[in-house]
Amino acid sequence: MPRKVSVKVSQIVEALSLQVVAGHKGLEREITAGYCADLLSCVMARAKNGNVWVTLQAHPNVIAVATLLELAAVIITEGATIPAEVITRANAENIPLLATPHTTFQVVSELARLGVTAQE
Amino acid sequence: MLVRADLHIHTVLSPCAEVEMIPPLIVERALEAGLDLIAITDHNASANVPAVMEAARATGLKVLPGIELATREEVHLVCLFDTLEQVQAWQAQVDQAMPHLLNRPEHLGEQFVVDAAGNFVRREERLLLVAANLTLDQAVERVRAIGGLAIPAHIDRPANGLIAVLGFLPPNLKVDALEISQNISESGARAKYHIPERVAVVCASDAHWLDAIGTTITKFELRTRSIIELSKAFKEKRYTLLN
Repeated sequence: MPRKVSVKVSQIVEALSLQVVAGHKGLEREITAGYCADLLSCVMARAKNGNVWVTLQAHPNVIAVATLLELAAVIITEGATIPAEVITRANAENIPLLATPHTTFQVVSELARLGVTAQE
Repeated sequence: MLVRADLHIHTVLSPCAEVEMIPPLIVERALEAGLDLIAITDHNASANVPAVMEAARATGLKVLPGIELATREEVHLVCLFDTLEQVQAWQAQVDQAMPHLLNRPEHLGEQFVVDAAGNFVRREERLLLVAANLTLDQAVERVRAIGGLAIPAHIDRPANGLIAVLGFLPPNLKVDALEISQNISESGARAKYHIPERVAVVCASDAHWLDAIGTTITKFELRTRSIIELSKAFKEKRYTLLN
């Protein structure tokens, strides 16, 4: 199991070359752990405060869930199209919305290498 | 008039439906179940709608054309219309938004287009069990623009139910009704999912085999068996769920 290190959102943005689509004000947030699921009901049940959430869902409810759980950031994978409303909401809530063309699996692998651990 | 309706029924075109779901048997079973109104809603497809409408023509059963769309988020959305022209217009948009994957019948099931007697016409080659590149909001808006009704299907179900996929009802969702499964009551669903009063709640069988047709239905008070009357019945709460 990787040794847990303190990782900031800004660090993963740089290390994974993520595009910061919204929520620039939240980039200095510390990440507590990582979680990935594409069904929001699962995320609502399992993700925790400060988690980085990796998903290919880009529905506006994603931001509501991220706000509700006070997540550190949301990484939208596979180059999913992000509607304008989602960007607006992410900015309003200062939730970093990070985009990547890579798959969830690739992103999670790299996050693990950086020392981000799973949310238990 | 009192209309007993099952507004979510599949045919052999849906790969997950039993091969017995051919027009004459669907119509026969619907009549046996005492139904006055059904809707044919195959996954992302509508090629068997004309055949079922034809099979029902000489009977008292009214058939509405429909499609069960899988949105980009993988939410299932029942799309209902009055006319073949309307469902075909929607089908054209859905076709454009679907990924080009081929069905593999031995793994996923056959996708048969049939005639009114249930005779084989052709196989639908492109895989219907896909998510169309249309968001839920886009689909609802476009269906309504064509003059149809957009009803998120079995919202309480873990698989492709709106609540499981999106976590909760999006506050701005412009639907007239939500469909629940037989596993929850209307009052239970309204409480659990915080369904606004103005939004109607209906249920239907989502039948993939004959015996399911008419087991979960909604009774409406309608002047005609049409989209406009269903829409009014939703608004004025002229319906009762039988699930």
